[in-house]
Amino acid sequence: MSYAQRQERSGWLFVSPWVVGFVGFLAYPVLASLYYSFTDYSVLKKPIWTGFDNFIQLAHDEVFWQSLKNTAYFSLFFIPLSLILTLGLAMLLNTKVRGMAFYRTIFYLPSLVPQVATAVLFLWVFNSEHGLVNAFLASIGINGPGWLTDPAWTKFTIILLGLWGGGNTMIIYLAGLQEVPQSLYEAAEIDGARAWQKTKNVTLPMISPVILFNMIMGIIGAIQMFTAPFVMFPSGTPAHSTYFYAAYLYDSAFRFHNMGYACAMGWIMFVLILVLTMLSMRLSEKHVYYGGS
Amino acid sequence: MRVRLSSKVMKPIASSILGTLFVAVTVALAVVAEMITIPPDYGNVTHVTYWEKWTGFESDAMKTVVDRYNSTEGKKKHIFVEFLPVGDIEAKVLIATSGEMPPDIAGLDTLDVAAFADNNALMPLDNYCNQYGIKASDYIPTTWSMMYYRNHVFALPTTPDSNALHYNRAEFRAAGLDPNKPPTTFDELDAVSEKLTKKDANGKYVQFGFIPADPGWWNWGWGYFFGGTLWDGKDKITCNSPENIRAWEWVASYSKKYGATAMAAFKSGFAFGSSSDGFISGKEAMQLQGVWMYNFIQQFNPKLDWAAAPFPHPADRPDLAEMTFADSDNLVIPAGAKHPEEAFDFIAFLQKQPNMELLCMGQRKGSPLAKVSDWFLNNHPNPYIRLFSDLPKLKSARTPPMMGIFNEYNDALGEAFDEVCLLQKTPKEALDGVHDRIQQVLDHYLRITKLRQAAGG
Repeated sequence: MSYAQRQERSGWLFVSPWVVGFVGFLAYPVLASLYYSFTDYSVLKKPIWTGFDNFIQLAHDEVFWQSLKNTAYFSLFFIPLSLILTLGLAMLLNTKVRGMAFYRTIFYLPSLVPQVATAVLFLWVFNSEHGLVNAFLASIGINGPGWLTDPAWTKFTIILLGLWGGGNTMIIYLAGLQEVPQSLYEAAEIDGARAWQKTKNVTLPMISPVILFNMIMGIIGAIQMFTAPFVMFPSGTPAHSTYFYAAYLYDSAFRFHNMGYACAMGWIMFVLILVLTMLSMRLSEKHVYYGGS
Repeated sequence: MRVRLSSKVMKPIASSILGTLFVAVTVALAVVAEMITIPPDYGNVTHVTYWEKWTGFESDAMKTVVDRYNSTEGKKKHIFVEFLPVGDIEAKVLIATSGEMPPDIAGLDTLDVAAFADNNALMPLDNYCNQYGIKASDYIPTTWSMMYYRNHVFALPTTPDSNALHYNRAEFRAAGLDPNKPPTTFDELDAVSEKLTKKDANGKYVQFGFIPADPGWWNWGWGYFFGGTLWDGKDKITCNSPENIRAWEWVASYSKKYGATAMAAFKSGFAFGSSSDGFISGKEAMQLQGVWMYNFIQQFNPKLDWAAAPFPHPADRPDLAEMTFADSDNLVIPAGAKHPEEAFDFIAFLQKQPNMELLCMGQRKGSPLAKVSDWFLNNHPNPYIRLFSDLPKLKSARTPPMMGIFNEYNDALGEAFDEVCLLQKTPKEALDGVHDRIQQVLDHYLRITKLRQAAGG
C-alpha cells in the first residue's frame, strides 16, 4: 500500500464517525422526506405516490397561508427589533464600567432558561387577570390589554418573549465588538470624530459580518419558531392568531397523521429559508466589510 | 532516557488504535441496540407491555387491577402484564407502531381510535370477543358505539365519562335562587347566569354565572345540545346546519351581553383542576364539567357547596332533555403487537364486573358495563355518581364523532369558535368556513382511503 493510499485510508477512518452520522441521521432522512413530500404518508401505512398533490393542496389550504402569514408577521417585527436591541445591549456591555462581568451575566441569563420554562413564566407574568405586567400597568392607571387572549396582542407577546431570550445574539455581538481594533477608534478620535460618528463609521462597518450572521440566524430561528407558542397557545389560540408555520407542520405530522403533507411543508420552509438567506447575502454584499478579504 | 518515536512509527499505531476503538464502539452500540430491541427472556412467562396515559391516582387504580391480574389469572396462565404510564401516548404509539415495535396494549382516547383504525394500526378484536363471550349487550350502548367502528370492534373500554351542569349552591342562595332548582332550559340558564354575574364598584367583573367557552373541551359539541351533528356518518360535513348555527348564536349572545374581551380576559385567570379553577374558586357559578370534577373539588375546595344536574336543553326541543356527552378511555391492541392473545386475556379480565368496578371506583368514575353492583353505587365517593352513570344510558346521550380526521376538524371548529366568541365572525360565516375547509379535507381523506384499498394497503 503506497503512502498516499495509507494516508487516504487513515483519512477515511478519521472521518468515518461523521460520515456514518451524516449518511444515517441527516442525508437519509432529508432525502426520504423529499420523497415523502410527494406521497400520502400517514406513518402507519406505506406511502402512496401522489405526485404534486400535497403542494397543490397546500396552495389552497387557508390554514397554511394563515400560519405563513403569522410567521411572516412575527419575523418582520422580531428580527429587526432583536438585531437593534441586542446590538444596543452589547454596546452598553462593552463599555468600561465597574461590575461589568455581573451585568453581562445578568443580561445573558434569560437565554439559559429553557424555552418551555420561559413560556410558562410568560403565561403567569402576562396573564391579563393576575399577571404582574397588567398589575403594574393598573398601578399607573393603564388598563392592560389581553396579552394572551386578544388576537391583536398575542403575537406581540411572543415577540417580547423572543426578545427576552436574546442573550446568545448579544454575546456574539459582544465578541464582534471586542474584535474591533482600538487603533481605529484612536485614529477617529484624532480626526475629531464624536461617539455617534465612531459608531457609524468604525463600529458598524467593522462588525457588519457579525450583524449579517445574526440576521441570518434570526431569519432561521424566526421561521422555525415553535416551542414557546406551542406551550403558551395550544392549537394557535385565540382564533389561530399564534398558529405558526412549524406548529402546523408538527400537527400535520403527528396529530393529523399527514406526514407526507408535513414533509412538503418542511421542504417549502427549507426553500424559503434558503432564498431569504441568499437574498440577505446578495443584498448585503456592498455593506459588509470583511477584514481578511 | 527519553524515547522519541518517529511519525513513521506513530501513525500506523495511532490509526490501528483508532480503528480498533471505532470497531469496539460500533460492536458495543450494536449489542446495546440488540438488548433494547429484543425483549429479555422471561422463561415460560409471556411478558405483555401495556402503555397508558394516566398518572397519579388514575394510574394507581389501573396498577391495582394489573397487579390483581398478575397475581391471579396471569400467574396461572404464565402471563405478566407490565404497566407503563407514558406521556404524549398517541404520538408514541404512532411512532412505535410504524417502527413495528408497538406495545401489546395501549390506552387511547376515543378520538384516536378511528384515526388509528383507518390506518390499519389497530388489531380488530371481534374474534377475541367471541372467544371470551364479550358482547355488545354487556355494555352501555353509547359506550359500545365508541368501540365499534367500520363493522369491527377495535377497542374495549376502561373508564367512561359523561358531563353535566355543575352549579354553586351557595351562590344560588346568595342570588335569591332556589339551590334545588338548577336551570333546565337554555332560557333559564341565561336568566340564572345573568343573576349570578357580578361586577365590583369599578365595573370590573368579579363573578360570572356561566361562560360557554369554559373549560372549552366541548366547544365542538355545542351544536349537539341544539340537535345538530358534525357529519352525516358517511361523506358530508354538517357543521353549518341550522341547529349548529343556532347553538353558536347562543354562544355569541354571551359575548354580546357581557363583552367579548372582558369575558375572555376574566376566563384567562382560570387554571383547570387547581385552586384557580373558575368553578372551584367560586368565580364561575355554573360550568359544564365531567364526572372527574368531584375529585378536584375535594382536593382544592372541599367546602364548596355544589351540585350536579343534567345540562339544560332548548325549550322547544324536549327530546334533547338531559343530554350528555358520553366518552370513554379505551384499550387497543396495536397492529404488530407481539403477544395479542395474552394482551387480550388481560383486557378480558378487566371487562369482568368486579375488576372493572375496582378500576372505576379507584378512578372515581362510572362503569361502562350495563350491569352495575349496588356496592359500586352505594360506596362511590362522588355523590352524583348515579346521575353520571344514568345520563349515558338515555337516548339523548351523544358521543364524539368517530372520524379519522376529527383532530383536524376539532382544530378548525376551535378556531371558528374563538372567532365567534370574539365577535370577529358571525356564527354562519364561521361555520360555513369550517364546512368548506373540512369538506375538502374529508373528500381528500376518503379519496386516499379508496386509493389505499385499491392498492391493497
